[in-house]
Amino acid sequence: MRTLPRAALLAALMLAPLAAPAVQPDEIMADPAMEARARDLSKGLRCLVCRNENIDDSNATLARDLRLLVRERLGAGDSDDAVIAYVVDRYGEYVLLQPTFSAGNMVIWLAAPALLLMGGAAAVLTIRRARPGAEARTTRASAPLSEDEKTRLAILLKD
Amino acid sequence: MTAELGHTALIIAFLVSLVQASVPLVGAQKGWSDWMRVAVPAANLQFFLIALAFAALTHAFVTSDFSVRLVATNSHSAKPMLYKVSGVWGNHEGSLLLWSLILGLYGAMVCWFGANLPAGLKARTLAVQGMIGAGFLAFMLFTSNPFVRLEFPPIDGNDLNPLLQDPGLAFHPPFLYLGYVGLSMTFSFAIAALIEGRVDPAWARWVRPWALGAWIALTIGIALGSYWAYYELGWGGWWFWDPVENASFMPWLAACALLHCAIVVEKRDTLKSWTILLAIIAFSLSLVGTFIVRSGLLTSVHAFASDPTRGVFILMLLVVAVGGGFTLYAIRAPQMRASGAFAVVSRESALVLNNLLLSVAAAVVFIGTVAPMIREAIDGEKISVGAPFFELAFTPFMVLLGLILPIGAAMPWKRGNLRQTLRRMAPAAALAFAIAALIYALQTGRTAMAPVGIGLAVWVVFGALWDLLYRAKLGRARFGEVLRRLWNFPRADWGKTLAHMGFGVTVFGISALMAWEVEKIGAMQVGDTAELGGYAFRFDKVEAVQGPNWTAQVGTFTAFAGEEEVGQMQAEKRFYPVQRIPTTEAGLDQGLTRDLYVVLGDKQDGIAEAYAVRIYVKPFAAWIWLGCLIMGLGGLASLSDRRWRVGAAAKRPVAAATTATPTPTAAE
Repeated sequence: MRTLPRAALLAALMLAPLAAPAVQPDEIMADPAMEARARDLSKGLRCLVCRNENIDDSNATLARDLRLLVRERLGAGDSDDAVIAYVVDRYGEYVLLQPTFSAGNMVIWLAAPALLLMGGAAAVLTIRRARPGAEARTTRASAPLSEDEKTRLAILLKD
Repeated sequence: MTAELGHTALIIAFLVSLVQASVPLVGAQKGWSDWMRVAVPAANLQFFLIALAFAALTHAFVTSDFSVRLVATNSHSAKPMLYKVSGVWGNHEGSLLLWSLILGLYGAMVCWFGANLPAGLKARTLAVQGMIGAGFLAFMLFTSNPFVRLEFPPIDGNDLNPLLQDPGLAFHPPFLYLGYVGLSMTFSFAIAALIEGRVDPAWARWVRPWALGAWIALTIGIALGSYWAYYELGWGGWWFWDPVENASFMPWLAACALLHCAIVVEKRDTLKSWTILLAIIAFSLSLVGTFIVRSGLLTSVHAFASDPTRGVFILMLLVVAVGGGFTLYAIRAPQMRASGAFAVVSRESALVLNNLLLSVAAAVVFIGTVAPMIREAIDGEKISVGAPFFELAFTPFMVLLGLILPIGAAMPWKRGNLRQTLRRMAPAAALAFAIAALIYALQTGRTAMAPVGIGLAVWVVFGALWDLLYRAKLGRARFGEVLRRLWNFPRADWGKTLAHMGFGVTVFGISALMAWEVEKIGAMQVGDTAELGGYAFRFDKVEAVQGPNWTAQVGTFTAFAGEEEVGQMQAEKRFYPVQRIPTTEAGLDQGLTRDLYVVLGDKQDGIAEAYAVRIYVKPFAAWIWLGCLIMGLGGLASLSDRRWRVGAAAKRPVAAATTATPTPTAAE
């Protein structure tokens, strides 16, 4: 183990506040119901300077500012939707971790159900075609197995 | 000197891979067996050369040779040995080298264990592996050479990102790569089969172990990464739907679907074309995963543009591999015909449903991950797609999957009877309902999360277990007979049961944690006690501690349940001076029923010796990773099944095989 210079230790203690994780004790609202709402809203808002982190989890100063802003608006009597609208108004849709149901985002929301329907239809077709006695089940177009391969296969499958 | 040796080995490996990619392929097309045979020595040589290069780079890291640029930028002389070694792959260039090493290893393994692979299939598979190897080696040599020397070596290195200096994250990338590259094997087999124009049960039997192996490695790798995030990032989150996580999760979902539908090809000689397509998709997702994480494309389009050489190369590789694969598929797939017929109600149909749900789930993850990029490219609008979206859009598919799993897994092949199977699984369903109702009655006015999630988990776990016990004739035969039957089940059956139970255990952990977690944030002075979730947490002391390459403040907490001391936790705030990055190490007391989790925050202004402290009680958190471990063990059990050792089986005289003790009729 190598001893680090005292200066490094000092720097460590001075810089340590950067590691402050998320919501700080002094931010918490007096009313637990309000605080719960604030926490809920924070989980859906993006910390703009972080990578894919919500402001509730983030250590960044900007996230703290946003958390305080959310609590300030709640304190002023705003509804949840009004708070979100207020934040989006200032920071743009980028701040929302859940994309809105607007026209531009429709593909994101509808792609999965559409795929499920299409895949489901394909699956139904496959299953129907595979039913015993179903017609048009032509034998494979590729070369049939040779005698040698058939015995190999029999041995393989027997095991 | 070693760096130059490694560089040279890499160049020769590239040349060998070109030979491996072409000669056996031509040989297989023309039917020249001596050309085909080139594949084996080429694959072995390629592995040896890449291993040599990897050893050279490891040597440079271990000896802290800062004249190598990669070592200077990613290592430090004071770093513990484990992280000097893991630093080899904790960066772009080194991780590519690790990727290639595993690719080489797998290619060599095809030679070692593939003695009775049909010559044509073996030659073509190894040739495709050679192509992938050539692509990666060229990418490394031309854009990301790990062996570049510095003209003026620094006295000491720049250190590895402190977040990566953790045992969990040291082994996370190798496991992920074992999985990603394992999917390159199924891809190579799929392409070889497309070139040959034939997919049969024997082919599926060769592919299944690779799909299974890749899936196991991805399961363990993802679990390690998630567990790391849990204790390292400081607020006990375990999954963030971060693009980097999604990049590994998509191949996992695809591998999971692939290993299930390969069963259908092997057992029933149908769903071939879909299996081939899935093998191509799974590897494409692995490539996207590896590259896009490394290229920085997902974090920002600008990071990607800042180094266009790498970006363009990546894009080209993707286009060739993915585009080539799909084109070949489009040309050849229509020739593949199924021979096995099955009724609407059958195991086959259940597995089709399994594949549908897993594929759509993977598509949801894919869409959510790339959507911000695409939207920005289309109209410049910046949007975010984060956890709330995925929770809403992804969860329903997993719930559906959990609902049908026990029924589908108990369904017979070819033709089943839904009512019969349902009646058979009734005990598991009854138990699930009873437990869900009990939880609903016991908890006071909370979400439906716990009863629904845990009911589902019980259904999956006991459904899997009950199916096995039922087939062992529990309650219908003498106990000794039941035990004998259980003992004689093929390991694959045990593997299936374990893996399904593991999935249920993970669902249980997630549901319990999300429903019942409690937290407390507050300022605490040394000596204070905080109450939370039936526990008292006493803040004992704060000390300054000096590590090998970090300094830390360590807070000690003692937890009490009533009067009884239940655990002591050390919550650290570390600081790595070289990179000037602080990290948190949560104080964790893990148990089977709950984790106690303490994070030490900042010193508070105005109050003497008071710190911001976050305390969590996380019920059943450990079950999330326990479930992954059980899934992995199930996979290993299945992988150890004697059926896979076809080489041994085929060499045995046929007579011996028939007179051997018949295995009990598995409904597999």
